[in-house]
Amino acid sequence: MMKVVEGSYAVAHAAMCCSPDVVSAYPITPQTHIVEHLSQLVADGELRAEFLTVDSEFSALSVLVGVSAAGGRSYSSTTSQGLALMYEVLYNVSGMRLPIVMTVANRALSAPLNIWNDQQDSIGARDVGWIQLYSENVQEAVDTTVQAYKIAESLEIMTPVMVCMDGFILTHVYEPVELLDKEQVADFLPPYRPTDILDPQNPKTFGAFADPSTYTEFRYLQYEAHLKALSKIENVAKEYAEVFGRDFGGLLDAYQADDAEIIIVTMGSVVGTIKEAIDGLRAEGTKVGLVKIRSYRPFPAQALMKELKNADVIAVIEKDICVGNEAALLTDIKAAFYNSNLRMPIIGFAAGLGGRDITIKDIRKAVEKASAARKGIESQFEFLTLRKEIL
Amino acid sequence: MQNLLAPGHRACAGCSMPTVIRLVLDAAGTNTIVVSPTSCLEVTTTPFPESAWVVPWIHSLFENASAVASGVEVMMKRQCKDTNVLVIGGDGSTFDIGMGSNSGMFERGHKVAYICYDNEAYMNTGVQRSGSTPFCAHTTTTPAGELSLGNPRPKKDMPAIALAHGVPYVATASVAYPVDLRKKVERALQTQGPSYIQVNAPCITGWTFDAGTTIEIARLAVETGLWPLFEYVNGELTEVKKIRRIKLVDEYLKVQGRYKHLYKMPGGAEILRSIQDIADKNIAMYKLVD
Amino acid sequence: MIKAGELVKPGSTQITKTGAWRTFAPAVEHNKCIKCSLCEIYCPESCIHQESGLFVPDLAYCKGCGICSHECPSKAIIMVLEEK
Ligand SMILES: Cc1ncc(C[n+]2csc(CCOP(=O)(O)OP(=O)(O)O)c2C)c(N)n1
Ligand SMILES: [Mg+2]
Repeated sequence: MMKVVEGSYAVAHAAMCCSPDVVSAYPITPQTHIVEHLSQLVADGELRAEFLTVDSEFSALSVLVGVSAAGGRSYSSTTSQGLALMYEVLYNVSGMRLPIVMTVANRALSAPLNIWNDQQDSIGARDVGWIQLYSENVQEAVDTTVQAYKIAESLEIMTPVMVCMDGFILTHVYEPVELLDKEQVADFLPPYRPTDILDPQNPKTFGAFADPSTYTEFRYLQYEAHLKALSKIENVAKEYAEVFGRDFGGLLDAYQADDAEIIIVTMGSVVGTIKEAIDGLRAEGTKVGLVKIRSYRPFPAQALMKELKNADVIAVIEKDICVGNEAALLTDIKAAFYNSNLRMPIIGFAAGLGGRDITIKDIRKAVEKASAARKGIESQFEFLTLRKEIL
Repeated sequence: MQNLLAPGHRACAGCSMPTVIRLVLDAAGTNTIVVSPTSCLEVTTTPFPESAWVVPWIHSLFENASAVASGVEVMMKRQCKDTNVLVIGGDGSTFDIGMGSNSGMFERGHKVAYICYDNEAYMNTGVQRSGSTPFCAHTTTTPAGELSLGNPRPKKDMPAIALAHGVPYVATASVAYPVDLRKKVERALQTQGPSYIQVNAPCITGWTFDAGTTIEIARLAVETGLWPLFEYVNGELTEVKKIRRIKLVDEYLKVQGRYKHLYKMPGGAEILRSIQDIADKNIAMYKLVD
Repeated sequence: MIKAGELVKPGSTQITKTGAWRTFAPAVEHNKCIKCSLCEIYCPESCIHQESGLFVPDLAYCKGCGICSHECPSKAIIMVLEEK
């Protein structure tokens, strides 16, 4: 049913359609509306789940460890400081192979305190062993939520998933969204049936400690599950498209990339602005294209190379910064190229930090710089809009 | 006695913690799920690929056992299972780092029996002070020295903190009093809502006492009045274990390495008197002697 | 074979015979035993069992801590240095 709703409501509604047993979350801007909507859905009896209010994000995710190990489907949502507070639990969840799904309403990290959007929070958690899927718009966040459970819970994967959506930009926007039908979701998403749960009839020990003789193998298995997830994510997206008629891509999606000389790579809601900029640039004869990364973890190196192989230059625009080096997506893409035969300049831009708008003008500037880099790269990495006058 | 903790675990010879676990599980039975925080208990009972636990058991982190147990309990309720959900954890996670998560679990009223085996320091990491370490005990982070007589602060009153949350069943127990401990675990498990039992559990490595005397040390803690055995039901003091022949704290302190500096250093005698005062206060407050 | 990632089976520490840690071993004089079962209750290794009415330590696991001996009210258990 198509309805104009707030992004947070749409995502809460999607989580409801996945019939979690337990929801546990802690309020933090701009994720708050998601948990408020879920609380209301529970209070109204629409969502027959337990909603646990907790003392912190750390406890919210810890509660879900217990729920998941006891065989329940669970959901949480957080952002920024809340995700940072969960850091220790994030590793624990993936290491214990608990298929929890969590929405991250991407926001900047303090200090200085800033409640607006960038993607530093989930990028900071890129190595915690969770699958990370980024959404371009509210509808994609909705659809990805359902796909996330299917990916996470499949027995060969058993890995938690973060569904990342840009805070405010997507959580607070009102737009027409195709809300899901619970029954249709139930047909698509089978009930959670893990092989091992906390059960006195069949007692098992969860979370034993592993010494150097076995720890590596635990990590290897997680690594292998992510490799398997590469095709799983693709397949689930296809399957979803067949049933629900919507397709936002699997590991990634491309726009005007086939014949593009300059290809922009990015993640999240800025994709919309970039597409608009591309349409303008194309009309003027500049052959620009876009590759949107949907799955940042696992990183789709091979799929990406296929999309980028005919370009002359790559421009990476991302909403994070790895202080002390450059930025995360840029580094990952360059690493993917290194051992291939492909050689082209790759230039990176940190943009949209702490909620700064990324305008079509900014995108054009990035494209100009990328275009110039074809003749020789001046700097590999820049802040796209730096207010030098206040430095 | 049912043996729900298998032998072959790696606890030190003379450690009281496995006995606490055995007694708790004996009272709880097999229809039980245990959640444990990081601690000596966790590393000594679950070295992968082995586990001493005969009942289902989960360890997540040092400071989240209560939150994990909340999740487990909610799932049991949802599936209409009457499985006991227990936390068995050390004093470090209970008194200090897990306080937020404990507070949340108590406040939400989950039917979880929280058992703290209290060895009065962070033993797993090598005997550092915790909020439970008693006044003037030596630990590796409150060492005795020229300027120090050991831990400068009194033991945190965790049962009072549980009571302040309205926890309907709060008790202290001791590994030296197995009948009392088992009875209290049974009562905790019958409680509709959270319960908290703090069990005195001497650590041979951290407290340093003679081999074989673990239980005797625990008994002395009770007999001196330093570890009163009490029980609160719905906030009311309902039971106190009377002491037939009260002993001076000296009998308890002089046999433990963690207090030996008090017998050698200037100012030690005064401290010993103030530790006796702590016991005397307990004796008066709980009317430990008839 | 150890399979990483697999959950651990209940009670499986039994494969580790902690008796190797021991210096002193408990010797039970059964005629003195009053069957109070305190040794069984207090044993941290769960290694004292009743066998046809007698309390016997399982030396495969006994770490020789001496708690049973110290707590025995009838002094029926003595710790003896083990010749190895
Ligand atoms: C967040 C975190 N901080 C510190 C540690 C290190 N650590 C592991 S166990 C432990 C002490 C445990 O003390 P307690 O809870 O009293 O149990 P005990 O080992 O004494 O039985 C510490 C400090 C940890 N695992 N996690
Ligand atoms: Mg301790």
